Amino acid sequence: MATVTAPSGGAPGQPGGPGEAGGTGDTETSRRPRRTGGLREGRAAWVLALPFCVLFLFFTAWPVVQSLFMSFTDTRSRDLRTPFDVNVIGLDNYAKALSDPVFRKAALNTAYFVLIGMPLTLVVALAAAIALDKGITRFRSVFRLGFYMPVITSIVAVAVVWRFLLQDEFGLINTVLGWVGIDGPNWLGDPDWSMPGLILMAAWRNFGTAMIIFLAGLQGVPAQLHEAAAIDGAGAWQRFRHVTLPLLRPTLLFVSVTTAIGYLQFFEEPFVMTSGGPLNSTISLSMYTYKQFGFGNYGLASSMSYLIFVVIAIVTAIQFRLLRERS
Amino acid sequence: MAMVGTRRGGRLWLYAVLAIALVAVVAPFVWMVLGSFKGEGELRANPPTWIPQTASLDNYTQLFSRLSFGTYFANSVIVAVVVTAGNLLFCSMLGYALAMLDFKGKKLVFTAVMGTLMIPGVVTFVPLFVLVANIGLIDSLPGLILPFLVSPFGVFLMRQFILGLPKDLLDAGRVDGAGELRIFRQIILPLCGPALATLGILTFLGSWNNFLWPLVVAQQESTYTLPVALALYSTGQNSTNYGLLLAGATVVVIPILAVFLVFQRRFIEGIATTGIK
Repeated sequence: MATVTAPSGGAPGQPGGPGEAGGTGDTETSRRPRRTGGLREGRAAWVLALPFCVLFLFFTAWPVVQSLFMSFTDTRSRDLRTPFDVNVIGLDNYAKALSDPVFRKAALNTAYFVLIGMPLTLVVALAAAIALDKGITRFRSVFRLGFYMPVITSIVAVAVVWRFLLQDEFGLINTVLGWVGIDGPNWLGDPDWSMPGLILMAAWRNFGTAMIIFLAGLQGVPAQLHEAAAIDGAGAWQRFRHVTLPLLRPTLLFVSVTTAIGYLQFFEEPFVMTSGGPLNSTISLSMYTYKQFGFGNYGLASSMSYLIFVVIAIVTAIQFRLLRERS
Repeated sequence: MAMVGTRRGGRLWLYAVLAIALVAVVAPFVWMVLGSFKGEGELRANPPTWIPQTASLDNYTQLFSRLSFGTYFANSVIVAVVVTAGNLLFCSMLGYALAMLDFKGKKLVFTAVMGTLMIPGVVTFVPLFVLVANIGLIDSLPGLILPFLVSPFGVFLMRQFILGLPKDLLDAGRVDGAGELRIFRQIILPLCGPALATLGILTFLGSWNNFLWPLVVAQQESTYTLPVALALYSTGQNSTNYGLLLAGATVVVIPILAVFLVFQRRFIEGIATTGIK
């Protein structure tokens, strides 16, 4: 209260000129120059910050802390009304999760999503971005809009449609494959093909986001550099490799981190398209966590969610390292 | 615009590849919309058809009369509008305070909010459910709305934008005798148009498509949002009624596509700039 907060240099203590006439009629303004019409700066700032902070504390900060606590307890759904009346069991949940074969299968599947899905998404996105950036001049916005369409649509709706497209007999994709003489697999019904089917769909849906960000990044690559390299006799691939790619590194870092995080939390696609099947071939870490939640194993589910968080943190750190070092 | 070493033939080839890619990307949507007008028999026809031979609105009338998609649609709209309004208001308020004002605890607030930017939703999911259940908000629209009224990302976006505004504006307002709240409302907020538009579109989109949270909180039909209704319907016992499923998917997708087409320029700029920063 007594602390005098100096609002950046020029204090608004007016010399009493005609400007004062426009004041809010608050008689205090003339006596206390720091007080500017309404509340003091510090208090006004808290009035502005408070609604956010209350909601944030309640619905974000507290759950993060409680989740950590819960992961060391045997909380089950029936303990819902008395969240503190549970046993602390230390690291048992974590040990249980890590030794669970289905959890391991889910971890393997999630790694599969990241290791195949992320590069596929990035390559398609980068190719599309380069083509749209320098390759063509007409219809650019039409292509950009079209490629971006899948991103903004509900994953559930998209999954419903794709479940249909990937069908064995009368699915559109196998029909198209049939035109070129390929006998398409039973995508979602065959444990060997269910992952490729999901990844195909996920790449189709997600590459637009990465493409837009790549497009923005490519605008930061000066055309003169390309021209200079071309004069020095560099071919298209060499120019891409030695001019575009190094300058695109920050963008690449951002896009690969966000895409990897997305695949590490892969949930909706397997949930709606395969329910994790057949034979757990498409169950992801998030989906298995959700299943444990559904069984009422809240403590176990919390420990699994923290395991996912740790993996996300590690993967992010590795990507930062790799992409920093190479530059 | 200099096209180094790109010959005419090369460019034609590029257009052809892009056109094929465009068809491949957009085809599922076209097929979805066209399919929603088809009957069951035609949807199972082999080879599949594109143009409905006997187009009808049967699927849609069933959707709204038998499956009360009208209610789900209204729920989706209410949740998305309130969540968006809340984010615009609360995130810009805190964003302004963090960017322009000095106050006790500023550093702590900033660190706490930015620290949670990296935490994925899956971590808070279970305790959030327990919390919402304990305050009796399961199966209610407030239960769907409250956890999403503010977002750390929104604060980050607004703060970054407001930092770019000239600080002289504050002093000008103060000289005229305006209080901090009035400066925010009448000087800062009107200048935040582009940032508010970006945040608004992203939030609306996220809320409209949100699935996991409404799936667990909305346990009775009266609080289903569109994605929940569609997912439960598509994995339930009716899951073989493809015509209805495609019509449902169309109802979920078309409104958001319309919003996108109206605001697409803003939208793409928003994604691009927030992605880079």
